[in-house]
Amino acid sequence: MSANGPVLEAVKLTKHFAVKRGLFSGSRGVVRAVDGISFAIPTGQTLGVVGESGCGKTTTAKLVLLLEQPTGGLIRFEGRDLETLGGTNLRDYRRSVQAVFQDPYASLNPRMRVGTIIAEPLVTNETVEAAEVRQRVRGLLDVVGLPDRAADLFPHEFSGGQRQRIAIARSLALSPKLIVLDEPVSALDVSIRAQILNLLRDLQAQLGLSYLFIAHDLAAVAHMSHQIAVMYLGQIVETGAAETVAREPKHPYTQALFSAALPSHPEEVREEIILPGEVPSPLNPPAGCRFHPRCPFSMPRCSAEEPRLLPVEGRLAACHLYDQKP
Amino acid sequence: MALNTPAVNVPVAWRLAALRLGGFPVIPTAILASIALVAILAEVIAPYNPEIGTLGDRFRPPFWQVGGSEAHLLGTDHLGRDVLSRLIFGARVSMVVGFTAVIFAGVVGTSLGILAGYLGGWVDQVIMRVTDAWLAIPALTYAIFLAAIVGPSMWNVVIILAVVYWTRYARVIRGEVLSLKERDFVRLAIVAGCSKRTIMKKHILPNVLNSAIVLGTLMLGVVIVTEAALSFLGVGVPPPKPAWGLMLSDGKKGMMAGYWWLTVLPGCCIMLMVLAANLLGDWLRVKLDPQLRQL
Amino acid sequence: MSTPPLLEIRNLSTHFVSARGKRVVRAVNDLSLTLRAGETLGIVGESGSGKSTLALTILRLLPPAARIVQGEINLDGEDLLKKSDAEMRHIRGKRIAMILQDPMASLNPLFTIGDQVGEPMRVHEGVSRGGAWTRAKELLKAVRISAPETRVGEYPHQMSGGMRQRIVGAIAISCEPALLIADEPTTSLDVTIQAQYLKLLRDLQHAHHLALIFITHNLGIVAKMCDQVAVMYAGRMVESGPVRQIFNAPAHPYTEALLQSIPRLVDNRQRLTAIDGQPPDLAAPPAGCAFHPRCPKVVERCSLEEPPGFAVAESQTARCWLRDPR
Repeated sequence: MSANGPVLEAVKLTKHFAVKRGLFSGSRGVVRAVDGISFAIPTGQTLGVVGESGCGKTTTAKLVLLLEQPTGGLIRFEGRDLETLGGTNLRDYRRSVQAVFQDPYASLNPRMRVGTIIAEPLVTNETVEAAEVRQRVRGLLDVVGLPDRAADLFPHEFSGGQRQRIAIARSLALSPKLIVLDEPVSALDVSIRAQILNLLRDLQAQLGLSYLFIAHDLAAVAHMSHQIAVMYLGQIVETGAAETVAREPKHPYTQALFSAALPSHPEEVREEIILPGEVPSPLNPPAGCRFHPRCPFSMPRCSAEEPRLLPVEGRLAACHLYDQKP
Repeated sequence: MALNTPAVNVPVAWRLAALRLGGFPVIPTAILASIALVAILAEVIAPYNPEIGTLGDRFRPPFWQVGGSEAHLLGTDHLGRDVLSRLIFGARVSMVVGFTAVIFAGVVGTSLGILAGYLGGWVDQVIMRVTDAWLAIPALTYAIFLAAIVGPSMWNVVIILAVVYWTRYARVIRGEVLSLKERDFVRLAIVAGCSKRTIMKKHILPNVLNSAIVLGTLMLGVVIVTEAALSFLGVGVPPPKPAWGLMLSDGKKGMMAGYWWLTVLPGCCIMLMVLAANLLGDWLRVKLDPQLRQL
Repeated sequence: MSTPPLLEIRNLSTHFVSARGKRVVRAVNDLSLTLRAGETLGIVGESGSGKSTLALTILRLLPPAARIVQGEINLDGEDLLKKSDAEMRHIRGKRIAMILQDPMASLNPLFTIGDQVGEPMRVHEGVSRGGAWTRAKELLKAVRISAPETRVGEYPHQMSGGMRQRIVGAIAISCEPALLIADEPTTSLDVTIQAQYLKLLRDLQHAHHLALIFITHNLGIVAKMCDQVAVMYAGRMVESGPVRQIFNAPAHPYTEALLQSIPRLVDNRQRLTAIDGQPPDLAAPPAGCAFHPRCPKVVERCSLEEPPGFAVAESQTARCWLRDPR
């Protein structure tokens, strides 16, 4: 079952935060951080999520990791709805879904030795003898390319790239099926990023891992992902195979986003699409299509009606330009 | 002008600091150990009984001044009691009361601070409101009130001081926990399936120990002085049992008349002990923090 | 060229000396470069390469532990290192301006935008308060901030990150400097906001005939914005020259490896070529060429002697023994 279907599916996932405006005013605002998104992460593959501040990608990661409870929609893990999962199954989910975060300096408890850090998921979830724990830790260190003696050292004795390796080793401790990678290389030096990205790809090939790869670096996401989802103000505006979306984006926002990506060569000239204005706040999203105030192609329909994700040339895009209904 | 501008001259204080950071903190430990030793061997070392004095021998100055004698090296107080003996026995009380109260307060305050900060919700509300109410009462008044109820004795004083001062810890530690909670490694511990108890014990507590220790060393001086005030008002360590704080307040009467040794000498002892505790606390902080250890 | 260069740095070395004089970190080591009016230079390097120290050295804003051990920094022929503190104060903000990475840290939260934009004018040109206020509005308009008349009276916390960075830009150009140094100006900005901002910088440069120095770890910015590039590693400038030439034919193995390790937006499925190892500890750098432990093309000589700069092509130099013509 799990070999065929996606390892994780989100169906109309929603997360709204209630916000109190002002100290004494009773009026509440709602931050629609994630508003009815649906996606699927195929087994052994990577779904990349891109978007700018306020698009909801970090909240999505937290929802998948159960660090936040959704206010609507559901998550399906290996075909089974999470809500119907009781205690032990919920624990199974936790074991199968792990995470690596952005800041290698904050991800590791500065007062714990590396060996303890890596073993923590193991000792928390399984009863394993100390000797076996040590052995498994050594194995994990080996898998991420760190020496055995690293287990006895403290995090501050390692560089950023090495710490990220430790974080990856820890995330593998329970042999998870899905790893949520939230900006895993953004805080690393440029020359180290390729090392870590290669490591992640190798691990995926060796262990059949699935990744939810969240980043603002479009090229890194395009490189790592099989599928890409582009988010804007809590919604997915375009999603499809990475190459399809990157090569010829259809949604105007995706087009602007990819055109704004920095070139890798001075002769790589892209059509310059400069969007006016700022990224609006998720507290007060525009009516209709949330992108319409900044969209170079907006039509009257766009401010009235929210577009749906429809198939467009081999991928899904939510834009009235492609929705030729009268 | 700009070329070869000399680097900042390293102040002497920093070099002294290096003396204690570099390895074992020789000076503060020596001071505290000496005070402890003196306290333990008080009966053997002290030349006189600290509680009984000869009225004919009142207000003798220390031996190096006119009117002093070698019989009473540091002079006598208003009841003719030997100051040196009183200082020696007083070490006992000050050490025990000071350290014990600070540790009790620390344990209670830190635990409650962690619970309030990490668990949030009504636990936080309850603990914080209690803390607020507690803090609103001036410490001394509170201490006196409690002492009046339970009666004066050394151990009662310890408990009272702990009860009065735990709130300082709770406040500060809770604040730290609030920001620690948001750190990635705590999030990852949740993702790994750790229970709240494990997280508070293994992840939160070790990272707030720093602040707790520093706070402790700061509180030591406050506690000793409060104890002195309690003694002065008759609700602390009951006289004639000697305590440095009590000697301080007793000696105040003599200041105008020029009997400086009655206040300055116990004051120096208090200062020495608090200073040593601070230095030791600093070293302890560095020792427990793997990152700072390396420097 | 007949016109003398605007900025000429010769054999500059900035060292950080520890309190007891035991550890010396050669943050900038014997660096020389030239910049003409209206040109854009990119200084590329990772953390610890010395690029930010270089910027601070030019502006003489180094911390007390730093010593400028040798060299000249000639601005329009005058050596900045020989100037007194008072003279430097007249230069900073007036002839050389700087933009830093974090716009929130660059702006004082207690003063209005108008006050802050007007400050350099009032200090350097003696403009009156009212005059500065008016000019501030014009400057805000020049950096494309909407509704400048209201914005002047507002405070930094009321602005978004992109707007704040533009305000910092307005402050920088307010006294018509000849040289603008931008230290990672877009690292904290979203992708589309970054595109807006870079376009703004380019337009400002053309309008005011500014020379621009970009200090960045991102080769994409260099590819997009710069005419010349200087690559720094461990305090040394390992390669410099025209951007196009260097991207097409990098002469130094570090530059080459860096270019190969960056993921591309399309045609990106191959494994990245990672650079082994870690950036060096500047207090104890490797013997000989600092890059040699990580260099894929290392030869024996590299670990013995530090290479001088060799001319590789027209106006391109590289510090590498492989480029030794003998």
